[in-house]
Amino acid sequence: MKLLAFFGAIALNVAQTARFAIEETGREITLLGSSLAWLFRPPFRFRQFLIQLDFVGVQSVYLICITGMFTGMVLALQGHIAMSRYGAESLIGGAVALSLARELGPVLSALMVIGRAGSAITAELGSMRNTDQIDALASMAVHPVQYLVAPRVVAATIVLPFLAILFEFSGMVGAYIIYTGQLGQDGALFINSIKDYLEPDDITHGLIKAVVFGLILSLVSCSKGFHATGGARGVGLATTRGVVISSLLILASDYVMTALMFKPST
Amino acid sequence: MIRVNDLHKRYGDQKVLDGVDFSIQRGTVTTIIGRSGGGKTVLLRHLMGLESPDSGDVIIDGENLSRMGDADLNRIRRRFGILFQEGALFDSLTVAENVAFPLEEHTKFSKSEIMHVVREKLGTVGMTGHEAKFPAQISGGMRKRVALARALALDPDIVFFDEPTTGLDPVTKSAIYALIRRTHQQASTTYVIVSHDIRGVFSVSDETLMLWEGKILAKGTPEEMERYPDPIVKQFISGSPEGPIHVD
Ligand SMILES: Nc1ncnc2c1ncn2[C@@H]1O[C@H](COP(=O)(O)OP(=O)(O)OP(=O)(O)O)[C@@H](O)[C@H]1O
Ligand SMILES: [Mg+2]
Repeated sequence: MKLLAFFGAIALNVAQTARFAIEETGREITLLGSSLAWLFRPPFRFRQFLIQLDFVGVQSVYLICITGMFTGMVLALQGHIAMSRYGAESLIGGAVALSLARELGPVLSALMVIGRAGSAITAELGSMRNTDQIDALASMAVHPVQYLVAPRVVAATIVLPFLAILFEFSGMVGAYIIYTGQLGQDGALFINSIKDYLEPDDITHGLIKAVVFGLILSLVSCSKGFHATGGARGVGLATTRGVVISSLLILASDYVMTALMFKPST
Repeated sequence: MIRVNDLHKRYGDQKVLDGVDFSIQRGTVTTIIGRSGGGKTVLLRHLMGLESPDSGDVIIDGENLSRMGDADLNRIRRRFGILFQEGALFDSLTVAENVAFPLEEHTKFSKSEIMHVVREKLGTVGMTGHEAKFPAQISGGMRKRVALARALALDPDIVFFDEPTTGLDPVTKSAIYALIRRTHQQASTTYVIVSHDIRGVFSVSDETLMLWEGKILAKGTPEEMERYPDPIVKQFISGSPEGPIHVD
């Protein structure tokens, strides 16, 4: 009997979580719908857009360069371990380029941007909600979604592919330094193997992913902040959930997109 | 004119508004009083269309806010000036930028015309010289005054004040009432004030409504309210600890 109650409770919990998740997805989709709708209604908030472009994009440049660099350096070392077993050290450049372009560039830049900008967006909108600033906007006949959400979503979606490219480039620089320095290999081999292996599709697929990630992370971060209630604690909670949910969604959608764009090489 | 019909609102199982009915004539100053947590802010939020009622209507000049889309709401809200209880200043903007915000959004004024209006409005609330500060750098009472300047920036026809004088010193308080009286003289502006400061608001209001347990329990001119026979109203206005109202 107790066991039954136990499983009953679990089932109820799962059902509640599912309902919660569905409600939440519903809210995100509503917000997506209204930000898209407000995007095309004048006035476009160009100034707000530039501010966000600067915040999400320009101010992330250092972080992306550094994380990209370290990622490339690690890839070169790990690549060496793997490739040297087959005597294929000359392929390291291509392998690093491929993994950066298709996968690590977009995914890691997105995760870094979530940590740096997504969390800040949630916290900022959340405290605006909790101090009536969002209602104040609405009451002054300025649509809060148009003023606050649309510029952030557009900026993040546009800027993420650029950050991903920057990540990839810094990664390649890092890998090259390790390849020619620590590993003492010939730099020309590195460049040649990139030329041989990297195809335009690798880059475009990565960029498509980056665009989708930018959209996801900005929508989730905005929506969590926009609907944050419960004061400072509520804002903290919303920020945590924004970071967790957008990271999970990015990894899940990464799988889905990879599977959709997957063509076994011949 | 503002008309409220049988307004109901509950949060969870707490009934906050339970059949509120009243109307406010154009060009008057109306005060809503009632105990803390009694639903005055909630009622005000309904009047501004920020909250949608469970049932009932808010009608402003023949237009029903409760059944309105965003675009129509925005058209009506352009006529509003709103002072939030906590000010709700944009903390990423300076004092001057906060007051300039509605002007930039809704007028075609040049930069210098806007600066002129901003300086004038900040002057009327005694905030000259603090233009470049951010909301976090000024006191609570100062924030309230800046918020008041922002609410009045567009010379709106309908102004909602949520506790315009709480947290202000007595001199500033009477200056705010003087300001309310003065700005109100411009024809046909309608002021709706929520306040606990009964003496103060009686000095500016044409009519007072008392919100009690989700309904309008009493309404009348200040003189009528002073002589109101209902023991609850009597006790509330005199502020006596003895009577039917218990603080629990
Ligand atoms: N969003 C909300 N969710 C749940 N309950 C709410 C919400 N907003 C208001 N309430 C409840 O409604 C009641 C009325 O709140 P309201 O802020 O209108 O009081 P008030 O009359 O303005 O009080 P005060 O004079 O202290 O400002 C309170 O009990 C509050 O808990
Ligand atoms: Mg209140």
